[in-house]
Amino acid sequence: MTVVHIPGKKSRHIMLYALSTCGWCQKTKKLLDDLGVEYDYEYVDQLQGDEREKTTKEVSSWNPRCSFPTMVIDNKKCIVGYKEDEIREAIRSE
Amino acid sequence: MNEQGVAIAEIDRLHERLIKEAEVVGYHLNPDVEFTKGLIKSLIINERRYGYWACPCRLASGKKQDDLDIICPCDYRDLDLNEYGVCYCALYVSDAVRKGEQKAGSIPERRPPPAERKRETQKKGRRLTGLSLPVWRCKICGYLCAREQPPEVCPICKAKKDRFERFM
Repeated sequence: MTVVHIPGKKSRHIMLYALSTCGWCQKTKKLLDDLGVEYDYEYVDQLQGDEREKTTKEVSSWNPRCSFPTMVIDNKKCIVGYKEDEIREAIRSE
Repeated sequence: MNEQGVAIAEIDRLHERLIKEAEVVGYHLNPDVEFTKGLIKSLIINERRYGYWACPCRLASGKKQDDLDIICPCDYRDLDLNEYGVCYCALYVSDAVRKGEQKAGSIPERRPPPAERKRETQKKGRRLTGLSLPVWRCKICGYLCAREQPPEVCPICKAKKDRFERFM
């Protein structure tokens, strides 16, 4: 399992770090699906060894607690947790 | 059976069991059945993956000793229920959330990052002297008992012996 690309409306570059078992991660993914935007996601719990270590370092650089979901928008903005309004706003605003 | 192949009957059985076990001791499962069953399926997946109920919403290391604090119900449940009305996953909710008086939402992570957790465990160990027996505390529900060893199972919340810490 590595990064999965979901095609959709081109908006911002969205990278979603998630856990396959997490309810809030599923809700976040569903929100992006409903918005129909293009995004990438990775299930970090399904990674092993070096791959997992590399990805958790990436996540920690944005969110030191390394909690999920962590969403990185345009490599600039990071949203931690399922914050529906904040996510909608970040995707919409120019 | 593969990870995703969790039978609906198995999820339903565990759902019913957890509701019963929770209600007996004054806790409540999230009344959003679809959401809750999703988490219960994840607990079953994690049981197969790691051998224990690692929190579905946190990244487990796979080493039980390092994951003890996030084995469901986790060490942080009561604090989060008090502060936010939900545990981190929202599998457990407060009475207000159950009644619909308060909304369940995604809450901040309370579990300290790894380096801090290590420091915490090293810090422990201050002892009150002069007691005839050590006092053990259940990290899940706060139950205290004075005896040579903690009980095999917490008589209040049924947490296992390895979830007890020396309190005094």
